[in-house]
Amino acid sequence: MEDYLSLFETYDVLAAFWINIQLSFWAALWALAIGTVLALFRISPIPSLQWFGAAYVNIFRNTPLTIILAFGFLGLFSVLQVSLASDLNDSLFRIAVVGLAVYHAAFVCEAIRSGVNTVPLGQAEAARAIGLSFLPAARLIILPQAFRGAIAPLGNVLIALIKNSTVAAAGSVAAEASGLMKTMIEFRSDLVIPIFFTFALGFVVLVIPIGLLTTWASKKLAVAR
Amino acid sequence: MTREQEPTTPASSGTPLVSLKNVNKHFGDLHVLRDINLQVGRGEVVVVIGPSGSGKSTLCRAINRLETIDDGEIAIDGKVLPAEGKALAKLRADVGMVFQSFNLFAHKSILQNVTLGPIKVRGMKGAEAKELAMSLLTRVGVDNQAQKLPAQLSGGQQQRVAIARALAMQPKVMLFDEPTSALDPEMINEVLDAMVSLAKEGMTMIVVTHEMGFARRAADRVIFMADGQIMEEATPEEFFTNPRSDRAKEFLGKILSH
Repeated sequence: MEDYLSLFETYDVLAAFWINIQLSFWAALWALAIGTVLALFRISPIPSLQWFGAAYVNIFRNTPLTIILAFGFLGLFSVLQVSLASDLNDSLFRIAVVGLAVYHAAFVCEAIRSGVNTVPLGQAEAARAIGLSFLPAARLIILPQAFRGAIAPLGNVLIALIKNSTVAAAGSVAAEASGLMKTMIEFRSDLVIPIFFTFALGFVVLVIPIGLLTTWASKKLAVAR
Repeated sequence: MTREQEPTTPASSGTPLVSLKNVNKHFGDLHVLRDINLQVGRGEVVVVIGPSGSGKSTLCRAINRLETIDDGEIAIDGKVLPAEGKALAKLRADVGMVFQSFNLFAHKSILQNVTLGPIKVRGMKGAEAKELAMSLLTRVGVDNQAQKLPAQLSGGQQQRVAIARALAMQPKVMLFDEPTSALDPEMINEVLDAMVSLAKEGMTMIVVTHEMGFARRAADRVIFMADGQIMEEATPEEFFTNPRSDRAKEFLGKILSH
């Protein structure tokens, strides 16, 4: 037990999780923004936008996240010298955020689209009938109801995103949780099992409230029809 | 029985408010609108009746382009319906629509349902829109429900709010697509009463309905449709007492026999 507790003196586990929380927070914001625009494209009356939305979703949803992040770090950062900040660590962090965001945006788009399907067609017809064109109708009538119908699937995307933030270790955001776990296992092979459980528990604790919150919110905010 | 008040402008003078010329539409193999020609004058109340599947709802929805047409021409106040886009939205703002299933915005209060169009489409100020909305809600008798959500109202109340919402745009013409078909019997009259008073005030109306009483009471003209065609056009008395086509006789025989 003392051995186990000494781990926390040597390694800053909480700081590592804090990196994952930050990665997840920024990636979730961007994924929500990009995913909403993609969903708008997919439900828009303009065929070229519909096509773009569908192409994006199919490409990013079907590409492994590891490949997207590895491309970000090795392709964009190392080879093409795309730098998103002057500081090396900041730049790597931001590339990880971009990679996580573009990947999860595809899932956000589909979650919102499933929310759009909960909105009866008559709502759009009524919006058009009072003279709203596509964008105002989407913004004022369709999306507010779609989001409220999409809280549970969006929560699932967020949960997946938080856990997937560990993949950023593949791109040398080494300070995050799974990166630290790898280091700890390397140096403390006597405590492999407890180390695994520590990190597993950390993510469970992080994620469970989100599941509870989205279940509560999706009931609370459901649109009465 | 005829309307107590003549339309402010006789239907024959000037350009018709709504005009359909040789309108055709198919749903796959089904020819739902066959060469429809129809002119509706300012202040005129036209009731469209016919068996289900006759194309009357499609006709009504085509007038503000919720259904596209395959060929022919539909014009509102002399302007041909544009394709999708801002011009169409602008034209739709002048055409009020009341749906069978009410379609009130489910996430907005009754008051917001009525003020949304004036504020967002007409650019009206909030206070002014609220005043207009409250006066319309009072007119249809649901002003005391203004802060509730649509789901908290009865069907009849919801449909009256839908009428107020359409009127808030100060439309040139009102379309009613079977406005009482989804209502419980005891709520039909409250909606029909609101429509009759609207007709008396001189609103141009195109009403698709199964309510023959309304047609007798409020219509200037009855259009009978079957199989996507206009089979007969007549005043209500003429149509109900002396239908000319066999389809109309058969239809009236079926619905008036009980």
